[in-house]
Amino acid sequence: MIFTVLIPLILACFIPLLSKIKEKIHTGVFVFFIPFIIFLYFIQFVGNDFSPVRQTFRWIPSLGINLDFYLDGLSLLFALLISGIGALVVLYSIYYLNKTERLGHFYVYLLMFMAAMLGVVLSDNVFVLYTFWELTSISSFLLIGYWHFNERSRYGALKSMLITIFGGLSMFGGFVLLTVVTDTTSIQAMIEQKDVILNSTYLPLILGFILLGAFTKSAQFPFHIWLPDAMEAPTPVSAYLHSATMVKAGLFLVARFSPVFSTYEWFFIIVSLVGIVTLCWGSYMAVRQTDLKAILAFSTISQLGMIMAMLGFGTEIAVFAAVFHILNHATFKGSLFMVAGIVDHETGTRDIRKLGGLITFLPITGTLALFGTFSMAGIPLPFLNGFYSKELFFESSLDLAGASTFADLLAQAIPYLAVFGSIFTFVYSLYFLFGTFAGKADLAKLPKKPHEAPFGMLVSPIILVLGVILIGLFPNVVNGTFLAHAAEAIKGVSIEKHITFWHGFNYTPLQMTLIVVGLGLVLVLTRKKWAGAYHILPGKLSLNRLYNAILDKLDDWTKDVTQSYMTGSLRLYVAIIIGATLVVTAIVMLVTGGFNIQFNDLADVTAIEVSVVVIMVIAALGTIVAKNNVSAILILGVVGYGVAILFVLYRAPDLALTQLVIETVTVVLFLLCFYHMPKLRKRNESAGTKTINLIISIGFGALLTLVGISAHSSKWFDSIADYFIETSKPLGGGHNIVNVILVDMRGFDTLFEITVLGLAALAIYSLIKLKKGAK
Amino acid sequence: MFKPNDLILRTTTSLIAFILLGFAVYLLLAGHNSPGGGFVGGLMTASAIVLMNMAYGMETVNKILPINYRTLIPIGLLIAVATGIGSFVFDVPFLSHTFGHFTLPIFGEVELATAMLFDLGVYVTVLGVTMTIILTIANDQEDGLEGNEIGEDSDS
Repeated sequence: MIFTVLIPLILACFIPLLSKIKEKIHTGVFVFFIPFIIFLYFIQFVGNDFSPVRQTFRWIPSLGINLDFYLDGLSLLFALLISGIGALVVLYSIYYLNKTERLGHFYVYLLMFMAAMLGVVLSDNVFVLYTFWELTSISSFLLIGYWHFNERSRYGALKSMLITIFGGLSMFGGFVLLTVVTDTTSIQAMIEQKDVILNSTYLPLILGFILLGAFTKSAQFPFHIWLPDAMEAPTPVSAYLHSATMVKAGLFLVARFSPVFSTYEWFFIIVSLVGIVTLCWGSYMAVRQTDLKAILAFSTISQLGMIMAMLGFGTEIAVFAAVFHILNHATFKGSLFMVAGIVDHETGTRDIRKLGGLITFLPITGTLALFGTFSMAGIPLPFLNGFYSKELFFESSLDLAGASTFADLLAQAIPYLAVFGSIFTFVYSLYFLFGTFAGKADLAKLPKKPHEAPFGMLVSPIILVLGVILIGLFPNVVNGTFLAHAAEAIKGVSIEKHITFWHGFNYTPLQMTLIVVGLGLVLVLTRKKWAGAYHILPGKLSLNRLYNAILDKLDDWTKDVTQSYMTGSLRLYVAIIIGATLVVTAIVMLVTGGFNIQFNDLADVTAIEVSVVVIMVIAALGTIVAKNNVSAILILGVVGYGVAILFVLYRAPDLALTQLVIETVTVVLFLLCFYHMPKLRKRNESAGTKTINLIISIGFGALLTLVGISAHSSKWFDSIADYFIETSKPLGGGHNIVNVILVDMRGFDTLFEITVLGLAALAIYSLIKLKKGAK
Repeated sequence: MFKPNDLILRTTTSLIAFILLGFAVYLLLAGHNSPGGGFVGGLMTASAIVLMNMAYGMETVNKILPINYRTLIPIGLLIAVATGIGSFVFDVPFLSHTFGHFTLPIFGEVELATAMLFDLGVYVTVLGVTMTIILTIANDQEDGLEGNEIGEDSDS
């Protein structure tokens, strides 16, 4: 199984080499065989006697992250869709994409996506699943932005990236929680431990995070907004990623985890509610669009909502219908996207207002669209697969019950909402079909003169429409062989469901279908009259406006925040650094009870010390109020010499010597420097700034004083000074303890201190001598 | 041209500078047993040279002491590091010092410590650093305008 994931990735590395010879043979021809072989590999598993297959490859065993692949009915359904439609899309793209395009890029991204998607559906390990999940987001980003010179493409790619990665990351959070709760990284093992998960206090978080990932990926309300903008991608990409595969990854995730959560009531409420709202909103909004692909995008959103709702119902029939509809939707939506691509390719526009009457020019395409849209609308004809799954959807919506009042209310409302959404589905399906192909052609509006597409381009949609018809005619062929296995994987129990076309007139779902068709026809015919409703409902409440506003606001706010403190003013930075140190130190000291003021261990104070300190304090105050540079420097010198006297008083002759000389040298240097400096100016600062400066400096001084006293008051262990006093002579050979420490016991420090001095001297030399213009 | 009569300064300098230099050497040598050491000794030597610079002018002093003080910095650092590396020869950790008592011809019995060599490195470095900084900044007063003029010329 692992080779199905690795082969596309490995072969993708060779695509750039192949694309060098694209002048002769289209790169897609080589690529086509990859999904085709994978499809053939997976088709051998289909059959009534299917049983799950598991494979494990070591990756990071110490973290429990291994390439665990698990092929059950659900994975098989998705793997077949991915490889089968992948092959058809590559075939289609050979004719759709010109040889002048950057084909190497396109097929590398596409193969990367295919591998990632296969990885998502086959993984049994949550972290491997997450890895492939993000890889689908990234490759989808690259594919949407394929025509990167279009501003809209870049916008759409970025939007889809932001939303799906947001969901992906929250899903990752959910996976981490799941792993912590169950102590395993295997999904199957988690399903076995579902009681542990359901009794965990983290359950709401886990469910919320995972559903957020699924909803963003599957374009559920209100995260659906990225999908219509993703239509800037080349049409094969839209057909593949944004109808058949990637957007179903979210459905896959919900289905995969539904054995764990399906008995939890909030799962039913959230998934069903979001799904049914997405169904209604997507189908309602689809009618408003004027771009063929935008109609299909909203249609995809709405169909995904319908499947999501069925997964939320969680009853046997609903799960079966969901699986069935995943298959059906992939067939008809894939073909419809290809039809839209053909129309675009052959007429030069996708704007439905310019199109019309194309059936005479594109008869085959028109016929294909007819089957596709009728199947999407769920028109009751025995050769359309969409009808069966829609009828099963109605049937499953009727048989719901919830434990709480709210769930009960929702369960009762769902059939009505389902009918509402389906009416609009019917309307946009017919709008799509008739708007494009019926009526009178206005060739003047079209950029190109339309003519039927080349046969190669038609092959893929024909195969898909054949799928629509064949599944419609013989639904029970796919039923037992693999739909039942897929449903079993979701539900955990074997589901026997016989699909029949005719149940008799007293069958409620049929009556619902008839209501849909009847009301839908009325709405289609009167569409112009009620189209004004769209100015009211999305109007100012558009979610895109919200998304753009959030992005703009975030930009503005972060800019404001940064500009508010990154002013370039050193004064402010110093104030922030000192103020923050002050606050943090004070809080830490207060919380830990660090302030410890004691006066019992102090030496006597002599009059000479007091007088020196008084002089120093006066001098320090003098520097603050000094009016010019030179006097400030000289007064500062007084403080320095005062320190030297204190060193003498406290019996530190080395320090006193050094301090005296250094103080002198420093004063001389200051005078040398300030000779060049402008006169000290009176800074005109506001009273508020001055007050803050004063508060910070006094506060910091007071705090450091308190810290110093506290440090002196709390001696936790004896000083090591005795050791130095004892060993200075016998070990160091000197009586001067300070010097012995400096050059012998801790000579290492001294070595680097003189290095610092040397660096400083060289820096000053180079600053002055190597300035601009100097020789 | 106004020329100050600094005879007194010059005369006293020639005396004081040598006392200072002698004191500096004393500080360096005595450092191990009394207050002093390489750091103060280096600063004191620098003070003596600065004093001579002030009294006689830089050009004169440059003739008497043709030393490039910048080269003293790496020399001093090398000495200090070399004393550290020297301890590897005796298979002891970096910067391990030792000392011993020797009887020399003139001085009689003296104590010699390898730490003194390290202190010598400190002395040379500090002397080089202080002189480099002071001379660089002091010279800048004279060169500053000239440098700017050259810059302007080359720009135009």
